[in-house]
Parts: sequence; C-alpha cells; structure tokens
Amino acid sequence: MKSCLIVDDSKVVRMVARKILEGLSFDIDEAEDGQKAIEACQRHMPDAVLLDWNMPVMNGLQFLQELRAMQDVHQPIVVFCTTENDMDHIKRAMEAGANEYIMKPFDSDIIESKFVQVGLI
Amino acid sequence: MNVNDFEYIAQLLYQRSGLVITQEKAYLLESRLNPVARKWDLDSVDALIGVLRTKKDEQLTVDVTEAMTTNESFFFRDSRPFDQFKDIVLPHLLEARAARKQIRIWSAACSSGQEPYTLAMILKEEAARLAGWRIEIVATDLSKEILDKAKQGLYSQFEVQRGLPITLLMKYFSQEGEKWRVSEEIRQMVSYKPFNLLTSPAALGHFDVVFCRNVLIYFDQATKGQVLARIAQIMPADGFLYLGGAETVLGVSDSFEVVPGQRGVYRLTGDGAAMNRKAG
Repeated sequence: MKSCLIVDDSKVVRMVARKILEGLSFDIDEAEDGQKAIEACQRHMPDAVLLDWNMPVMNGLQFLQELRAMQDVHQPIVVFCTTENDMDHIKRAMEAGANEYIMKPFDSDIIESKFVQVGLI
Repeated sequence: MNVNDFEYIAQLLYQRSGLVITQEKAYLLESRLNPVARKWDLDSVDALIGVLRTKKDEQLTVDVTEAMTTNESFFFRDSRPFDQFKDIVLPHLLEARAARKQIRIWSAACSSGQEPYTLAMILKEEAARLAGWRIEIVATDLSKEILDKAKQGLYSQFEVQRGLPITLLMKYFSQEGEKWRVSEEIRQMVSYKPFNLLTSPAALGHFDVVFCRNVLIYFDQATKGQVLARIAQIMPADGFLYLGGAETVLGVSDSFEVVPGQRGVYRLTGDGAAMNRKAG
C-alpha cells in the first residue's frame, strides 16, 4: 500500500483529502504545517505528499525546498493543492520540484486524475 | 411531464439527432430543457413542449435538440486513447504517409473542444517529428452553441484540472480572470464545423483518423450501423477509428474490427476496405 502525507493547516481539508485518498487505497499521515511535515518525512518518508501552500510556521514552498534538499532519501512525489491559482505560483511550485498542481476547490475526480498522471495510481 | 409529451419529444429528438431517450431518463429532459424554457420566456418545460407541438418553431426545435445532445467532456478523457494515438497511430501514419506528409484527423462529436485541443497539444509536443507535415484537425458537433464555446477555448478551473497535466496547462493556456484560455497556436490547429452524424460526411473529405467517442451510445442499433458505414467510406484502408470505452462495433458493423491488443481502436476489415474502394 502506498503512503501519502497530507499537509494542510485546515482540519476540514485534511479530513476530506484523507477520505478521498483512503478510498484510493493510500495509507495516510497528516501534518498541519511545513515544519511538522518535515518531521513526519524524517520519521517516515511517504510515497506522496499532498501539499497546501499557505500555512503558519513553514509554508508549502519552503517545505518543498527543504524536502528536495534532503540527501540520500527516496524523494516522494509532491502534488500541490492550494487556493493559489495563478500562473506565477504554479511556475514557482514546479521550479521548486513539485510534480503536479491542484487548484482548490478540488474533488475526488481531480485528485484521482492528478495522481494517475504522476503514476501514483 | 405526461406520457404523450414525453413520446412527442422523444420522437422529435430521434428524428433530429438520432438520440434515443427512454422513460427512465425523462428527468434529463426536465433538467436540460428548463434553461431553454427560460430563454424562450416560458414558465415550464410543459409549456415549452406545448409551444413546440403547436407552433413547430424551427429555432425552438434546434435549441431543444442542442440542449439534449450536449455532453460534458474533458481533456485527455480516459488518457489511454491518446497514449495509443501517440504510440501506435501516429508512428504508423508517419511511415505510411511519408511521401505525402499529410494527415487528416476528425473529431466527430467534439462537444466543447477538449478532444480536438488534446490532439492538437499532443501533436505540438511531437513537433520535432512532424516538421514539414501538414496536419489537419477537423472538429464537428451537432450543436452550434457548443461549437462557439469550443472555438473560444475558454475553460473553468474545474475543466482544466480533470485530465490535463499541469505542464501542458502552463505551456498552452493563459489565465483570464477565473478562467483559462487555450493559446492561439493550439486553437488555430483546429477547424470547427457544424455537422450532424445522421447525414453524409462526404463533404468533409477523407480522414486518416476518426475519433467518434461516446456518441454512438445515444443511438439505436440501426443508426449506429449507418453512422459507422458512412465513416468507413471516408477512411483509407489503413485508417483508424476510435470509439468510447462503452462502445463496440460487435453486432453493429462488419466494416470495422478492433486493432489487436488495442481496445477502443478500430481498423477497416477486408470487407470494409473493399466497400470503400467500390464507393471511392
């Protein structure tokens, strides 16, 4: 079973995303900001990260940069999932090493089709 | 809606578009015709059918038919057909048409344009192999309203996320407020024409590849057979036909057979090709 770390400061979004991804047979871990997500990755590197942008303590982009700088780890596939929906943010995310990008609001179809595209399903 | 009204409109839709609508889908009539009723300043779908029956207004009939035959679509719908296009169909045609350097593709029920634009993006991505080639994408639909939307190439955030990789969104779309528009270079690769699949496509010319996906399901057996027979006549012997995932030629047409190992992709049978030569 593949694992996915859901990183979002909204409890509701984490719950919805968890339900969708568990339905797609993912083993789920959650983090409420980038710093907690880094700690989670150090404990156990997931196969995938579903990543919000705007969060307290450490935002999604900073998390992604730190994650991609980690040496000698199995790098996960990172899918942004954020209300930031302009080309500038999308470009910055992709340049920082994101694999896909979801603009909120999302539904199960969007999550599934994006996860298929990056080869997670 | 009473049974008489349902029968009347079902008959009308069948004659105009080949659409077969059964009683259990009657709710679709209500939901799709409500906006048409409002547009015509009528109180209800019942009132609309009343006007349709008594006045036989042509424009109203067209509006009703279009509302019922318009279907949602998305980019890279089902993804596999487009992989097959890139990996099997295109390499074959590049070899077989090397002398003429010309390929014609028909998206036969293009709806709001996602299918032809998906093909255009794939071809653009393969531009290096296609230098010097002339590739035409002709996209048709019964509904003029939906063709207008297709030509504009303007899609909601939801529409550009179902099936479309973010890298292609970045490359081939630009943002306009809350919406996303397909770039000019992709739009100009597609020519749109209104066309009814119940009529002869001869005037559209010949096509090496025909995408006719998720439209036969709305037709009865006899109509399916007729549509496929007409498509067979405008294809070369080594042409490719695409049908939707829930569609088949089995028991419908002897002109086509599935390409071995490639579900959803069909080629002309010996019979189909022979009929074609006779007709051509």
